[in-house]
Amino acid sequence: MTYDLTFAKEVYENSEEGHWIKMCMQCGVCAGSCPMGFLGAWTHSPRQLFQMVRAGLRDEVLSSTDMWMCTSCYNCIVRCPRNLPITHIIHGLARYASVQGKADPKQSTHHFAKDIFWENIVATGRVGEAALTMKLYFKDGIGEGIKQGLEMKDSALGMLKAKRLKPLPFRGKIKGYPGFKAMLKKAFELENQKEGKA
Amino acid sequence: MEKKIGCYICTGCGIGDALDVKALGNIATKEQKIPVVKNHEFLCGTEGIAMIRKDLTDEGVNALVIAGCSHRVKNEEFRLGIAQMDRVDLRDKCLWVLDVPEGDDTAEEDRQMMAEDYIRIGCVKVKKMNDPNPYEASTPFSKVVLVVGGGIAGLTAALEVARTGYQAILVEKGETLGGQVAKMHKVSPARAPYNKLEENPLPMLLAEVKGNKNIRIMNNTVVQKTVGAPGLFDVTLNHNGTAAVERVGSIIVATGFQAYDPGKLDKKLGYGSSPDVITSMEFEEMAKAGKIVRKSDGKPAKRVAFSLCAGQRDTSHLEYCSGACCVYSLKQALYVIENHPDASAYLIYQEVRTPGQMEDFYRKVQNEGGIFIKGDVNKVTSGSSGLTLEVNDKLLRQGVTMEVDLLVLATGMETTMDTTDPNSASPVGKQVDELPGSILNLQYRQGPGLPSLKNNFPDSHFICFPYETRRTGIYVAGPARRPMGIAATCTDAAGAALKAIQVVESVARGAAVHPRAGDLSFPSFREEGCTQCKRCTEECPFGAINEDEKGNPLFNPTRCRRCGTCMGACPQKIISFANYSVDMIGSMLKEMEIPEADDEKPRILVFACENDAIPALDMVGRSHAGALSPYIRIIPLRCMGSMSLVWIADAMASGYDGVLLMGCRHGTDYQCHNVRGSALAEIRLSKVSETLDRLQLESSRVKMVEVNIMDAETLPQVINGFVAEISALDPNPYKGF
Ligand code: SF4
Ligand code: SF4
Ligand code: SF4
Ligand code: SF4
Repeated sequence: MTYDLTFAKEVYENSEEGHWIKMCMQCGVCAGSCPMGFLGAWTHSPRQLFQMVRAGLRDEVLSSTDMWMCTSCYNCIVRCPRNLPITHIIHGLARYASVQGKADPKQSTHHFAKDIFWENIVATGRVGEAALTMKLYFKDGIGEGIKQGLEMKDSALGMLKAKRLKPLPFRGKIKGYPGFKAMLKKAFELENQKEGKA
Repeated sequence: MEKKIGCYICTGCGIGDALDVKALGNIATKEQKIPVVKNHEFLCGTEGIAMIRKDLTDEGVNALVIAGCSHRVKNEEFRLGIAQMDRVDLRDKCLWVLDVPEGDDTAEEDRQMMAEDYIRIGCVKVKKMNDPNPYEASTPFSKVVLVVGGGIAGLTAALEVARTGYQAILVEKGETLGGQVAKMHKVSPARAPYNKLEENPLPMLLAEVKGNKNIRIMNNTVVQKTVGAPGLFDVTLNHNGTAAVERVGSIIVATGFQAYDPGKLDKKLGYGSSPDVITSMEFEEMAKAGKIVRKSDGKPAKRVAFSLCAGQRDTSHLEYCSGACCVYSLKQALYVIENHPDASAYLIYQEVRTPGQMEDFYRKVQNEGGIFIKGDVNKVTSGSSGLTLEVNDKLLRQGVTMEVDLLVLATGMETTMDTTDPNSASPVGKQVDELPGSILNLQYRQGPGLPSLKNNFPDSHFICFPYETRRTGIYVAGPARRPMGIAATCTDAAGAALKAIQVVESVARGAAVHPRAGDLSFPSFREEGCTQCKRCTEECPFGAINEDEKGNPLFNPTRCRRCGTCMGACPQKIISFANYSVDMIGSMLKEMEIPEADDEKPRILVFACENDAIPALDMVGRSHAGALSPYIRIIPLRCMGSMSLVWIADAMASGYDGVLLMGCRHGTDYQCHNVRGSALAEIRLSKVSETLDRLQLESSRVKMVEVNIMDAETLPQVINGFVAEISALDPNPYKGF
């Protein structure tokens, strides 16, 4: 039944800044401000996603790719007359969808954030840029990887020259890596606790 | 007492540098024969004013021509207790609007000519003035205020009147006071932080009204008949079948609203199809009784949907927004939510309209979990588990179905006041009989009700002149005037109370109220000349003139707003004021100097309405909107409605090349301060071509434009454009006759 509040309440309680969604007045300023809208990258604008949450459309919201398209430009936050922290709500929804196992694992931003970026940074405690780039290029197979690599070759060389890219893929772990691991462990603990999985 | 005019020319503000003041003085002295003519370099300063005052006491000067700035500034300074006075504007509408390059002799000469003409007409105007004789009635004026309607608007109005020290009679047709608000459970917030429901204010208000010695309460009473005029209203009050006449000074109508009949709503909203589809008022009564339940089976109603705009803003029902239903639906949603922790309140809306602080209340309801759906209820079916609504959800862009226990229809408000179409022909030659259902039963020639502004609401301009109806001394407050909620109604009632007091005080002094507040003159007419044409009685926008059996006009001076529409309408030119007449303006325009055709200096006469066009003209110079043609000559009129066609003929015969009339916007959304003045002028003007034909002149020489007070930016273009059009024609052949 539409407008059953179970899902809305679930989001208000569990998704980061999700409780703000009830304060949206559907003015559409965010939709008109979002560059992703001009690019046609989403099917539902922030405002529509919020109404879908309120309407209880759980599957549509959580399996949507819309919130994964946010570039964190903060245009919407700056303009929202109701002061909703829209960008954060959108990120919260994306994360919540991921945690709930509803987000498409192959959706690029999701895949990048969850697998490529996360694994990269956890492995050493720092971002290994070259490895990160390689993984990103090759995520869709060797052929695609080579093609993308060649396309970006000039940029890469330029960045190397300008010392914006480290040539060596592996620089080892950060100092105090065990401390970093312990911090992550604690963070997971806290998070699981919050989400009732402890 | 012999009139002795003093003419004082200010040389400050650059006037002395730009103009040949000595020559201006000579015009006043030699040509206009003004006995006392003086200059001062700072006339509005202490010394300048002292100079004038000295002449008033020592020289016996008793009429003034003050030449300097616009009459709209320095009012305090020049308020010298002299009724016969004119302010000649050499600065704002002459110096400041003319482009005179350094060393350009022609431009300087043009400017001087304009200033000289303005001195001339100022002198003529004052010569043609008389001291007003404030109107005194043969029977005593009353200062009692009659308040009709005992709901929250009437109670508040009566109390405000009483607290100010005036007597009020509060008339209620029913047995008990309190009106619609008496039925309410709680009210939406009226004070900061605007997010809590408040207790019904009525019991306290009632106690105060009942305890106030200045208020006489009459229940079971209706107004059978209203005769007379402000200060002199004789109202027949029928109390339980016994009629008695009361004299009152002014009347506040606070009869409130009537909720739109839900039976007339579209079937798809389901009213009548199930006892669980109810109106807001029915829901309010449920809440007051503490029983928010399904009417069908008495089970608690935990899921309540509110359909906002149930008929409002819908051309087949009520065309307009009712203004208060969004807010009261929010309030009722809170009843639901606060009643059960697991209840849901759905607001199905078009737009949520929460003016002012009510935005905070809207947030409150959102925060408490109110569910907002933009869309329309398309179908209602009832079953054992409640009502099923089919809603077209405009936000989700799909149809949705929902189950609820109750559907509350937020119906709109209609006025309870009987109104008449302001444009319909008025019943000629007879008094109107008592009208069943009329609130006041006015014995006015123009009908028993109040003219409506829009959608049958009896205002004369919602924004510019709230509470003012088109019947002087009668003010409408609360939802009888326009749809509104409780807080706005209370403010409205207080406003109307002040207006009602203002009018009884003004009338007692013989003074006019809005828009010519304080004017002591009133129209007088020369009966011998009257042809009983009835133009004055028909055209008076305020219904001030009745008629005797023979068709002669019977003026009611205290109803009059001094607009002069009757004066402009009268083909016999027999209506005039002590300080305004057909002869005065005619003489002024004839007094100006018209250069020979060979001089190639055309003259364009501009009649400008004092209410909007004159302030706009004053702003042209101030805002540097651009220069005006030096060939124009402006004569202010108190209202375009006072425009007499004789002036147009006179202007043409005197050799003016064109006449431009600048009046307020008329028609729908008019801005005319006298409601119909500019509209009537336009109608009159449509006949001007006859006059021009008779004189064998082009009809394009006379043009009327609508000017708004904000039009300073565009005025140079309008005026100079007209001057260019006229200059393209041959000069008026009557020049020099
Ligand atoms: S700008 Fe803010 S209030 Fe407006 S639709 Fe977006 S989130 Fe809602
Ligand atoms: S922050 Fe994200 S959702 Fe907001 S405007 Fe930028 S891209 Fe769109
Ligand atoms: S037309 Fe104007 S001036 Fe004449 S009686 Fe009516 S209100 Fe008074
Ligand atoms: S307009 Fe003049 S002539 Fe006509 S009825 Fe009125 S006073 Fe008489």
